[in-house]
This record gives sequence, C-alpha cells and structure tokens, in this order.
Amino acid sequence: MTEVYDVPYMQRTRDYYRAQGYTTDYQWAQNSATPFCMPAKLLSECRVGIVTTAMPDTELGRNNRKIHSTLVSPIPESMYTEELSWHKTVTHTDDVNSFIPLKQLMVLKNEGGIGSLAPRFHSVPTEYSQRTTLEYDAPEILARLREDEVDIAILVPL
Amino acid sequence: MGLIARHLEANGLPTVIIGSAIDIIEHCGVPRFLYTDFPLGNPCGVPYDHEMQLSIINQAIALFRSSSETNTTERTTYIWSEDNSWRDGYSKVDKSNREELAQRGEARRRLQAEEKVAGLERSAMIP
Repeated sequence: MTEVYDVPYMQRTRDYYRAQGYTTDYQWAQNSATPFCMPAKLLSECRVGIVTTAMPDTELGRNNRKIHSTLVSPIPESMYTEELSWHKTVTHTDDVNSFIPLKQLMVLKNEGGIGSLAPRFHSVPTEYSQRTTLEYDAPEILARLREDEVDIAILVPL
Repeated sequence: MGLIARHLEANGLPTVIIGSAIDIIEHCGVPRFLYTDFPLGNPCGVPYDHEMQLSIINQAIALFRSSSETNTTERTTYIWSEDNSWRDGYSKVDKSNREELAQRGEARRRLQAEEKVAGLERSAMIP
C-alpha cells in the first residue's frame, strides 16, 4: 500500500534525465521575495484571463512552440499536450476543462461570481531557458492580457 | 509558469496558479497557489467531473479575496484515488527501464543536433 505524500517532481525529473545520459541537472527557478497585489475591483466585476501550457491542437500549435492565443468560445474540443510532461500512464487530457477552466468560468460568470471571461486564452511554451521566459514570454503574456483588459489571471500548468 | 505569475503580479496583475507540482511552484515562489494533489495533467479536476471542476475553480477564485499575503498555498480537498500507487510511478527509474531510457537519451540528443543544424529555434521539452 503506497502512502500519501507530495510527489517530489524535481528529484524525479533529475533522476529521469540522468538515466537518459544528461549530465547537467536542470535548475528550477528559485526566488527569495515574491511580488503580490490585490485585485482593484470586486471579483464580481473582474474580467478573468487564462494562461495554459497546452498548445492549440492545430498545425500551427503543434509545430510552433511559441505563444498562441485562442478564442474561449466555442471551447476547443482538444488541445495539443503530447510534448508536455504529464502522467500519461494514469490519466489523459481528452477533457480540456480538466486543465483549462473554460466551462467552469462561464458558469461562474453566469452566476455573477466573476464579471466576465476574457474573449481569448493564451498558451505559453514550457521552456528550458528561464531567460527566454523572463525576457520574452512573460512580457508578451502581460501585453496580451492587458490588451484583453484582464483584471485577474488564472495560470494553469499541466 | 511560476515566473510568468511573478512577472504579471510585479506589474500589477493579480494571479493564481492551479497546479499539481507543489515542490516546483513553491521553490519558485508565487503569490497564490491552489494545489490539486493529482497526477500531472488534470489540475482543474478529474476529467468530465464537472461538479469537482466547478468547486476547484471556485476555490481558486476565492483566493483572490482571502489571501492577504504572498506565497499563499491552499490545497483542494479532493483525492485522485484510494490507490496511491501513481505517486511512485511518475518518471520511475529502475532496472526495468534503465536501458531503454539510456537509448532514448541518445536518440534525443541526435534529434536535437539535427534540429540545431536545421535552425529550429525552440526544441520540445523531453516528454
């Protein structure tokens, strides 16, 4: 009987890469201080934006590891997740709402829990290079969310 | 994704991350984190369980109101299964797959070298 414990993903990944012959361990980002701000509006007035690590299930999305934006409606029937590290032997990603909360946020909007859902969500590629994330992807995601006039953002890595 | 959250927050846009890799997210340090203790792949809830998915997003949204300081982590109340063997199974390395992994690494490095020659800017992560 396996005990309940939080899976140590960093150690597992280090061991997995080493077994594949990689000699330099990946260095995960680590910071001493974390920024923080509160929403400027009531949640019932906030427009919500979504960011995912899944790519659009289109030729462009499958072949171009870059930032993509997709309309939230109609909810995409599938997303391209094959290149991401998720637990492929025990689950699946056939239900988009299990990793991008589109249907749920539409319900919340109708119930008045949030003001609105931004008309599009954004895909950001997972990157080896923290520098690429910090210097290119993060500012670009911020610019797109501002363009969408988003007040709060939900980020969902697979 | 942690770095993206930090950048948005530093620029005045409040964020919450919903995820299942608690060690990576807390190592990075993020303003608000809702931890779904599930296998990687379905942080918003079990596939097709709309009631659970709605409950999880409600908890995530509530964090914008309830968290008053940074590095806030909350857990969902859900469990994936009574059988916890999935915890041991992720990226397991043992004698049953050691040889196969070594070969996969070799193949991967060959492909990366070819992609570099072809001028591809961004390689895929190792799945």
